[in-house]
Amino acid sequence: MQIEINGQAAYAYTGGKPFDASLPCVVFIHGAQNDHSVWGLQSRWFAHHGFAVLAVDLPGHGRSAGSPLPSIEDLADWIELLLERVGAGDTANFAAKTVSLVGHSMGSLTALECAFRHPARIARIAMIGTAVPMPVSDVLLGPAKDNEPKAIAMINSWSHSPRGTVGGNTVPGMWMLGAARRLMERQKPGVLHNDLAACNAYGHGMEAAAALACPALIISGSRDMMTHPKAAAKLAAVIKDVRSVSLDGAGHALMAEQPDAVLDALRAFIV
Amino acid sequence: MTYNFDTLALHAGQVPDETFGARATPIYLTTSFVFKDSDQAAALFNMERAGHVYSRISNPTNAVLEERIAALEGGVGAIAVASGQAAMHLAIATLMGAGSHIVASRSLYGGSHNLLDYTLPRFGITTTFVDPRDLDAWRTAIRAETRLLFGETLGNPGLDVLDIPRVAALAHEHGLPLMVDSTFTTPWLMRPFDHGADLIFHSATKFLGGHGVAIGGLLVDGGSFDWDKSGKFPTLTEPYEGFHGMDFSEESTVAAFLLRARREGLRDFGACMSPMTAFQLLQGVETLPLRMERHIANTRQAVAHLVKHEAVAGVGYPELDNHPDHALAQKLLPRGAGSVFSFTLKGGRAAGRKFIEALRVFSHLANVGDAKSLVIHPASTTHFRMSDAALVAAGIHPGTIRLSIGLEDAGDLIEDLNRGLAAAAKA
Ligand SMILES: Cc1ncc(COP(=O)(O)O)c(C=O)c1O
Repeated sequence: MQIEINGQAAYAYTGGKPFDASLPCVVFIHGAQNDHSVWGLQSRWFAHHGFAVLAVDLPGHGRSAGSPLPSIEDLADWIELLLERVGAGDTANFAAKTVSLVGHSMGSLTALECAFRHPARIARIAMIGTAVPMPVSDVLLGPAKDNEPKAIAMINSWSHSPRGTVGGNTVPGMWMLGAARRLMERQKPGVLHNDLAACNAYGHGMEAAAALACPALIISGSRDMMTHPKAAAKLAAVIKDVRSVSLDGAGHALMAEQPDAVLDALRAFIV
Repeated sequence: MTYNFDTLALHAGQVPDETFGARATPIYLTTSFVFKDSDQAAALFNMERAGHVYSRISNPTNAVLEERIAALEGGVGAIAVASGQAAMHLAIATLMGAGSHIVASRSLYGGSHNLLDYTLPRFGITTTFVDPRDLDAWRTAIRAETRLLFGETLGNPGLDVLDIPRVAALAHEHGLPLMVDSTFTTPWLMRPFDHGADLIFHSATKFLGGHGVAIGGLLVDGGSFDWDKSGKFPTLTEPYEGFHGMDFSEESTVAAFLLRARREGLRDFGACMSPMTAFQLLQGVETLPLRMERHIANTRQAVAHLVKHEAVAGVGYPELDNHPDHALAQKLLPRGAGSVFSFTLKGGRAAGRKFIEALRVFSHLANVGDAKSLVIHPASTTHFRMSDAALVAAGIHPGTIRLSIGLEDAGDLIEDLNRGLAAAAKA
């Protein structure tokens, strides 16, 4: 569905069902250089099981217009604006918080920061493939600035587990590495560096995590080289109400590599 | 890390099976798959979860082949179908309907030509054929109803090398995709997506299998074409009543085409591949790099021999200086210009017949891309009804012979060719 936010056209996939603000809402927030389509095998299920789904294209990504937002804080405020615009969650009735945020990588930081800044609306957050802080080395930031194809190749090779690199996709006939690469190639020039720089600059994530007022789920892949499971464990240690799920053998591209396991963990947490 | 071509040819798409650890790809010779429970069944039908339901739509053995070819081509995914013809039909039927128009190279395999020129017009889809070397002809043939540009990477019968970068650029200027038939080149000789093509199909019957035991086709999606931006493909960008009201390009940014092709085309037209065939083709794909190298090495020797033989009037191979696409072949096909080519005997039809009858190693049949060397004389077989003048207009001489060079000992092949040439000279 199309939504206007800050005077700009934004798009959110609603999981194959019309958005119904009276239902509890699940917002899916993609990672750097991606779009809503990374959530196909998680979002559709929620939309067909009593939830209002918004799998967003962040500004400047996919079908959403404008420039990419330069910081995690900006992204968090944008999500809050989106929720306000569609009427998801009732800020006047704090006890009736019904919005769950599910984020991957950069999206996981966005979910965390949004719950920290706007606690009135957010019932829970799920952070997938996450690390706080999320430093991005110059080895990647450099090419992201001046050689995007090279940066995309690096991300693709680091984002998949040894098993994912060979294939065996849950979706029949799809080649995971090829699809991930093409999706990144679809984004506008400059988006990749913007996103990685935003992750790199996000400084107060641990404070936000320590102050988090809602329950959190952390899903990590045991073979994730982009956001190492050790970093996820450190994050979990500071959150008051936290549940951790480790997916054996999964890399950073968890939703593609183990779509059912990610969905099952989200169901157990949200439903 | 990611793997290189030869490793992908052996491994892509398959992890050892989790139940028994089988190293080879198991043949899932089953029509259907048991649901875990009603919830999972419903989720599979509604695409909330992915998995196999019924082997007309997908099958685990076929999926390995599909992923492997997609990996070798550098695409996002593939669909295995009953034949090369079925792959071409599935692509066209997914992209367009009655009233649509295709611009195609006129240098096509006869079966593709039949489908476009005679059969599809009955369903309201028409084609304009153009000289593949004439970019202006491609351009002027494009109309408001055009939905696809199509050609073979190496055309039939003159081995016209399709200038994929330029034809693709032209297609994209008009918001259209370029599909290529890559049967003669296989991803080992060229990866058309790297040059701008959007869709690829293969008659896997040929080099991908290599053994000549199975008919099959593969349709591969490059995942780069922006169907929404083009605005000419409502089958991919508008809700489809026939499948949950799904808008395929919203559902999948990079694989909308494959999604519709599988969920509609495979479901409704039903030209699926048998898992047995998928297994047999996988055996072939594993050795594709080794075989293609040998195909090319043998072909180069055969070409070099024929070029200097006194009974031969001419050889058409893009690696030769006098081939019109010599420079383009050097750019797009540095590893070789395939192993199917034609040469012309100085004698006419009679010489052609004598040549064929004298051969012992080459098999006289209507196929190409087998591990075994093959030969055919168009004037006395596929084109026998045509007059000499009509043949020449089609780029075929009465003394033209088409060879598909196999993997035998090159010396034996050349000795066999000499036997044929000696017989032809006496005709
Ligand atoms: C170039 C080319 N394309 C397509 C086909 C059709 O493939 P199939 O026979 O597998 O249907 C052939 C078969 O000869 C071919 O040579």
